[in-house]
Amino acid sequence: MASELDRYEIVIGLEVHTHLKTASKLFSPAPVLYGEEPNHSVHAIDLALPGVLPVLNERVVELAIRLGLAIHGTVNPRSVFARKNYFYPDLPKGYQISQFEDPVVSGGWLEIEVNGKGEGKSASVGNAKTSMRRIGITRAHLEEDAGKSIHDVAIAGRDDSCIDLNRAGVPLLEIVSEPDLRSAQEATAYLRELRAILRYIGVSDADMEKGQFRCDANVSIRPHGSQELGTRTEVKNLNSFSNVEDAIEAEALRQRELIADGGEVVQATMGFDPVRRRTSVQRLKENSDDYRYFPDPDLIPLRIDPAQIEAVRAELPELPGDKRARFESELGLSGYDAGVLTANRGLADFFEQTAKACSAPKAAANWMTRDLLRELKERDVELSEMAITPHILASMIRLIEEGRLTSRNAAQLFPILVSEGGDPEALMIARGLEAVSDSGTIDGFVDAVIAGHSDVVEQIRGGDDKPLNFLMGQVMKASQGKADPGQVRQKLIDKIRG
Amino acid sequence: MSLVEKLLAGTLGEQREGLDRRDISARELVAASFSRITARESLTAVVSRRDEAALASAEASDARIMRGEPLSKLDGIPILLKDNIVQAGEPATCASRILGNFVSPYDAFVTERLAAAGAIIVGRTNMDEFAMGSSTENSIYGPSHNPWDETRTCGGSSGGSAAAVAAGMVPLAFGSDTGGSIRQPASYCGVVGLKPSYGRVSRWGLVAFASSLDQIGPLARSVSDCALALDLIAGHDAKDSTSIPEDIPNWSGDLEKARAAGSLDGLAIGLPREYFVEEGVEPGILARVREAITTLEEAGASFEEISLPHTAYTIATYYLIATAEASSNLARFDGVRYGRRAEQPKDLNDLYERSRSEGFSAEVKRRILLGTYVLSAGYYDAYYVKAQRVRTLIRRDFEAAFESCDAILTPTTPEVAFRLGSKSDDPLSMYLSDVYTVSANLAGLPALSMPCGMSEGMPVGMQLLGPPLGEAAILRIGDAYERRCDQSVGLPPEKS
Repeated sequence: MASELDRYEIVIGLEVHTHLKTASKLFSPAPVLYGEEPNHSVHAIDLALPGVLPVLNERVVELAIRLGLAIHGTVNPRSVFARKNYFYPDLPKGYQISQFEDPVVSGGWLEIEVNGKGEGKSASVGNAKTSMRRIGITRAHLEEDAGKSIHDVAIAGRDDSCIDLNRAGVPLLEIVSEPDLRSAQEATAYLRELRAILRYIGVSDADMEKGQFRCDANVSIRPHGSQELGTRTEVKNLNSFSNVEDAIEAEALRQRELIADGGEVVQATMGFDPVRRRTSVQRLKENSDDYRYFPDPDLIPLRIDPAQIEAVRAELPELPGDKRARFESELGLSGYDAGVLTANRGLADFFEQTAKACSAPKAAANWMTRDLLRELKERDVELSEMAITPHILASMIRLIEEGRLTSRNAAQLFPILVSEGGDPEALMIARGLEAVSDSGTIDGFVDAVIAGHSDVVEQIRGGDDKPLNFLMGQVMKASQGKADPGQVRQKLIDKIRG
Repeated sequence: MSLVEKLLAGTLGEQREGLDRRDISARELVAASFSRITARESLTAVVSRRDEAALASAEASDARIMRGEPLSKLDGIPILLKDNIVQAGEPATCASRILGNFVSPYDAFVTERLAAAGAIIVGRTNMDEFAMGSSTENSIYGPSHNPWDETRTCGGSSGGSAAAVAAGMVPLAFGSDTGGSIRQPASYCGVVGLKPSYGRVSRWGLVAFASSLDQIGPLARSVSDCALALDLIAGHDAKDSTSIPEDIPNWSGDLEKARAAGSLDGLAIGLPREYFVEEGVEPGILARVREAITTLEEAGASFEEISLPHTAYTIATYYLIATAEASSNLARFDGVRYGRRAEQPKDLNDLYERSRSEGFSAEVKRRILLGTYVLSAGYYDAYYVKAQRVRTLIRRDFEAAFESCDAILTPTTPEVAFRLGSKSDDPLSMYLSDVYTVSANLAGLPALSMPCGMSEGMPVGMQLLGPPLGEAAILRIGDAYERRCDQSVGLPPEKS
């Protein structure tokens, strides 16, 4: 049975809806706000009052260009807004303004890191066996979000529903990938990379919990080696990475079992139950709506001239993939460290500034990937909320490099610097943590310890090195941790054996 | 007849002079307008009125006029708006049951401009529901009647506005024109109606019928009054993406200059062969239009025959595009946020089905169904896309024609106002009465209809078409004709 199921590979294409970072809505001056009282962030245009007309928020054009450039796509000089017609209570006009035949961005790709042939359990970054894989992007188009229907009994009562139109008209980019993904893990790797890009270029905050980054997955299976695509289903409204992964695996399993039982996959829209980890048919595609798309006569085609594209290109920040490669090649970081440090722009900028200020990129990377991220995780905070600055971290690293602060004592200072900031040198001195580098003082400690532990010393002289660590501990204790462990060890060996 | 009554029956220009000379006050003029509306209630031209607010505004106008500081030439002049042009705090029913209880919380661009100019909006006029019709019979308020013969239609869909101006209730009313809805009623009622170039006047606050065809325009008793109105309402509006960012000329000022210059020497007017076909047009109409051509020739204009080869396809093209857009534009009337909602709906579909079945009339439903069909999968290319291609060909016909002429002259309609009810059961024959007017909407051209005499006791209208943004030429020709003919059509006779 298992071997029968293994005959198939999964083919996945993703549709991502991401909210654009704008002050106001796509076609109305109402502000884009999250967590506002229901229906408090709406304009006559969002309510679709008789006689209102949409006016494009020019800001989204720049954001769409940024995305197009970041995914190596074509920013089309002419794109067209079209009406997608359907009735739903949270769709005030009875149509959604979207783009259909002529999207703002066509073609493109991004690269994800995959391990082996992309069949591993989890894309463990840093694994030496990883390789980069290019995932095609079919298109990206602009559209407006719908409002929300609230069926909550506590709010709407048992028989009613409420409508909140705060979200209606919020600008979205829908980004559609090619069916290039071959596992649930690749799908989430793609989503993480896309999210990182969106955040880097300031196009979207892409916060899944706020519904700013939503995903639909098109899933099909086919025998390994086959070039034809199987019949696909679309799993809708996946709102976390783990849901995406679980839903794709559940749907692929459902399809495999269906075929194994002699059945056939039919085109359908699927829902995913994250508790039971199962997908189920919501609607068959053959019964699907006819959206009657046509160009919106209230809007003129969106024209983007090459000069505007070049102006945006000139301002485009370095993308995560490029930055990762540069951190590895120019700063000598491991693939793992480079990956972790480029996961978001704030972290990457912090690292670069630190590395530059202390001229020790590897040390900076170590402190950040291990200690700093652990501190943040323990406190459940963002880096920007903490007092530590690149300058502070760099100063601390310099003290270590100069031998004035041991790593052990630095570890004591670090949590304070993270939350309270301050000058590491002053703090080190105030706390009496400066390393004892004066050879004579250390000699004194070493001599005293040797004198006090003659039995152990004899053991070492007899060829047994094991108790050396014990003696080192004694010296460090006597120096209150301020002595350099390497120096102490060398002195002990020299004095005992010499 | 008192002076104020006499002036009310005259042009806007005459009323302006009366106000400026302090012969009459704006308050008197507005009060007389309301009296006239009441006296001619049987026409069902006006469907809602704002007596108190209008009289208060008139008093404010009087104060400005007394100080010698009128806001514009419209300050203190009573006007009417078609019921699909919204005004804050006023109903905007579009003559539909589905908007029966709707009060607009905001002003249309045009409303705002007119109010800022001191014009006194006395009320709202009857129309075909959502501007779908050519007779103003398709209205929750019942049909409007033609002041020249109450058994006949006043045309549509801006029939209430045309009837009100013709009956002397106001010197100026506003309508909307999607396929002739200003010009055809103007023609039937013996008044002047102007559809501006597409994009000249903002559609913000005009309840949409077909977005790529709709334009707001004035109906008045003289060409120069229309020019004056256009001066006020034209211009770029950032709230309408299809509004043209062009500087606007001073049309009324240009008219005065043209009058001083005198003749129409050097102006070439085209007569489209396809529009002057004996079998399609009533002889009385052809006779009046030919007389008008003679008058204009005497004024110095030259005429030439031109061809608009795709004329035969205009009606079909128009009804494909207009219904497609309408089917989508009217989707917002769903009973969810405003307007009429079915009582005790069983579920969501029941809410939609009954709200819309009960809220729309048969004609509106017919057009929504037609448009839905036109846009549906499998038919879109055959109907909508093809219609858009033909629309381009029609536009090119005009581009070619305007290479050799400055304006085009045609009858406005193939027949005079028909009898009420005579086409109600025959939508196709109703649609065909738009044959001369729809091409201007498809091509985005400015078009003027003005009276050119009578036939069978009813007014006859002629239409002047200009190239896009070419309002100046047609206004100039119309004004020259009007001055030569010395008001060819006056107020209709009234039974005492």
